Amino acid sequence: MATYQFIDHKFDVVVVGAGGSGLRAALGCAQAGLKTACISKVFPTRSHTVAAQGGISASLGNMSQDDWRWHMYDTVKGSDWLGDQDAIEYLCRNAPAAVYELEHWGVPFSRTPEGKIYQRAFGGMTKNYGEAPIQRTCAAADRTGHAMLHTMYGQALAQDTEFFIEYFALDLIMDEGVCRGVTAWKLDDGTLHRFQAQMVILATGGYGRAYFSATSAHTCTGDGGGMTLRAGLPLQDMEFVQFHPTGIYGAGCLITEGARGEGGYLTNSEGERFMERYAPTVKDLAPRDMVSRAMTIEIREGRGVGPKKDHIFLHLDHLDPKILAQRLPGISESAKIFAGVDVTKQPIPVLPTVHYNMGGIPTNFYSEVVTRLGDDPDKVVPGLMAVGEAACVSVHGANRLGSNSLIDLVVFGRSAALRAASVLKAGATQPELKPAMTDGHIARFDKLRNANGATSTASLRLEMQQVMQEDAAVFRTSESLASGVKRLDAVMAKRGDLKVSDRGLIWNTDLMETLEFENLVVQAQVTVVGAANRTESRGAHAHEDFPDRNDKEWMKHTLTWLDDATGAVKIDYRPVHDFTMTNEVAPFPPKARVY
Amino acid sequence: MVELALPKNSRVQKGRHHPAPAGAKKVKTFKVYRYDPEQPGNPRWDTYDVDIEACGPMVLDVLIHIKNEIDPTLAFRRSCREGVCGSCAMNIGGRNTLACTHGHAEIPGKECQIAPLPSMPVVKDLVPDLTMFYAQYASIEPWLHTKTPEPQQEWRQSPEDREKLDGLYECILCACCTTSCPSYWWNGEKYLGPATLLHAYRWLIDSRDEATGERLDALEDPFKLYRCHTIMNCAQVCPKGLNPAKAIAEVKKMLVDRVI
Repeated sequence: MATYQFIDHKFDVVVVGAGGSGLRAALGCAQAGLKTACISKVFPTRSHTVAAQGGISASLGNMSQDDWRWHMYDTVKGSDWLGDQDAIEYLCRNAPAAVYELEHWGVPFSRTPEGKIYQRAFGGMTKNYGEAPIQRTCAAADRTGHAMLHTMYGQALAQDTEFFIEYFALDLIMDEGVCRGVTAWKLDDGTLHRFQAQMVILATGGYGRAYFSATSAHTCTGDGGGMTLRAGLPLQDMEFVQFHPTGIYGAGCLITEGARGEGGYLTNSEGERFMERYAPTVKDLAPRDMVSRAMTIEIREGRGVGPKKDHIFLHLDHLDPKILAQRLPGISESAKIFAGVDVTKQPIPVLPTVHYNMGGIPTNFYSEVVTRLGDDPDKVVPGLMAVGEAACVSVHGANRLGSNSLIDLVVFGRSAALRAASVLKAGATQPELKPAMTDGHIARFDKLRNANGATSTASLRLEMQQVMQEDAAVFRTSESLASGVKRLDAVMAKRGDLKVSDRGLIWNTDLMETLEFENLVVQAQVTVVGAANRTESRGAHAHEDFPDRNDKEWMKHTLTWLDDATGAVKIDYRPVHDFTMTNEVAPFPPKARVY
Repeated sequence: MVELALPKNSRVQKGRHHPAPAGAKKVKTFKVYRYDPEQPGNPRWDTYDVDIEACGPMVLDVLIHIKNEIDPTLAFRRSCREGVCGSCAMNIGGRNTLACTHGHAEIPGKECQIAPLPSMPVVKDLVPDLTMFYAQYASIEPWLHTKTPEPQQEWRQSPEDREKLDGLYECILCACCTTSCPSYWWNGEKYLGPATLLHAYRWLIDSRDEATGERLDALEDPFKLYRCHTIMNCAQVCPKGLNPAKAIAEVKKMLVDRVI
């Protein structure tokens, strides 16, 4: 094996990832006087938060009366009662302050005539506990994520946050169950780095690229989830994968739910606005899992559009072109580029497309990573936090509501920083790192760098993506999931036969894609095994052999551990927090989820 | 007259040729700049004969096809593939643009040349070193400066004032404009370049910002701003359809306005 030397760094906090949650956590820690590093495999404004369009939810009440309790009820109901109600209370109570903070930093929100932040309607957001749709989603045209990410990067610069850009994180440095830091590979000079820290905050995003067609960026490979599994820690609720109803047919690029929030609607081959049948009260503004299922049923029953009758139309052509230009300019451009459609005249061809992972690294609402240890289902893992899509707090439960992810990023990014500031002492002495803690990291890196089998990373990745696309789709069956488990076992087994062609260390993207594939495939594995195990239907997990929600047996979080060498998955559970954080709101007991 | 010549080690040489697979239906040749800092030798042009029927419609689809099926060693940045992250900016057919939103059918002829963004040091293949570009962006302090105590809720901003940010805030920092600017090629260390100046104007014109004077002071310099000679390459290449040259002109106007 080639010899590698680490370059050492010591910080109070190391944040891995520089999207919305990572930047919020990093600048909060820096503000609190903690020596903070933020490492990212891409320049911060390239993170996938940049692609969020429609908006960020908060009960500001700028358009009509609103209440954070209504937001909370919607989120609990949207989660199909798998969300932790204490965390959801934390999210919704803190949402307005988080949005005002963003505005004070300079986010160019769209405005109402009085100069307040403009809010639009979004799926599942209602007034007075489900009565009718409400405008709760704060928007900067349809480029809200872009506006937020750029503003937060500026704010991080203002706070003198120390960035390590284009460093690819390899593995967590674990010491008897305590996280002591993270190792990383610097792309532009090929050096390896050891970042020691009192606290590591994983803000690495989702793993959408485990699927063949996803709105997710190429870089959405869930690196933190892979690192967590390899560290012997569990992931939670991985079977819940959100399909966004309106990915552009073919290209998979996102068309915001805000398009329907502004009055857009879906039609089938008969020109029927079919959502009226599936969700009579909120129609096209039903939550994403329900709209994706309805579209899939329409296509299945022969009412899809196009020559192959395999997609659905999204109409915006009835809306005032001025409104489209003002409120939906970004998706008008995307529809033109990727579907050749002029939205003022033609419908956009759309299809449910993988979009978001409700599951992730289990945390409490302080953003501390938790695991199950014996009888303790909430055992905190010292030295490790997770935020954003990488985490599972769980505020989204079995199905996330649109615009609840951007608010999740900033509320829990902030909560992580506040917690770090309260439990850490700046500059405290840290124990010495031992080579044994990182020998495995180097061995894995070197093995992949010199991988000389017969299967290219691209071909094995494609095989995994096809399995996920076919066997863990909008609808699942016992048969499809059994097939998925079997086929993914085969993919996992072929990891030993990988071939990497580039042996270099500088910007070796062949190796980087292989490291990313390793992170993807283990999460794909726990996703299908978790899905096969959950014999009910809840939120985004629609199991046709078990079409009903089964609260008696399944109102619980799935925890999955993976043995990296064998690919074997161990399953256990954590109870759902069906209690609130304070007594200012009563818990919402489970009931039928109709809209 | 001074004779300019490239040093020997920067002359780009003819590289490897990768022929199309048997049975390829519609072949187009992509001539791609290759440079590996870990290997001896000069940069080279590799040519790939690609069956474009097997690819998606964009140049990025072609590059990914080359990487997946022909040559995994090719390095380039990419992320969102929908024109919002700015990673895959490069010089395609002689013009700076995003590979992910530029259709390969738009490139005339049988051969298409792909090179890294001009004027920046190359790290590897199509990956330029953008360190200076980012440092210049940071230098204009791209965040809201206020002195008035913050309100409990949002700062009020009229829709008309908000509209002034349109055409500015959409910038994705891809560096297509800056690296297409001859003035920047010549004075890149001192001239801030179109992208950074567009952002400077974005904060100057934000009705909520209270540091207009300080921001203008910082730009009043023979190089930082005034090296813009309205060549307009920036406006021509911007993949988001923005007009940095106009923003720069507005900044110059603000500087003039405050002295008269």
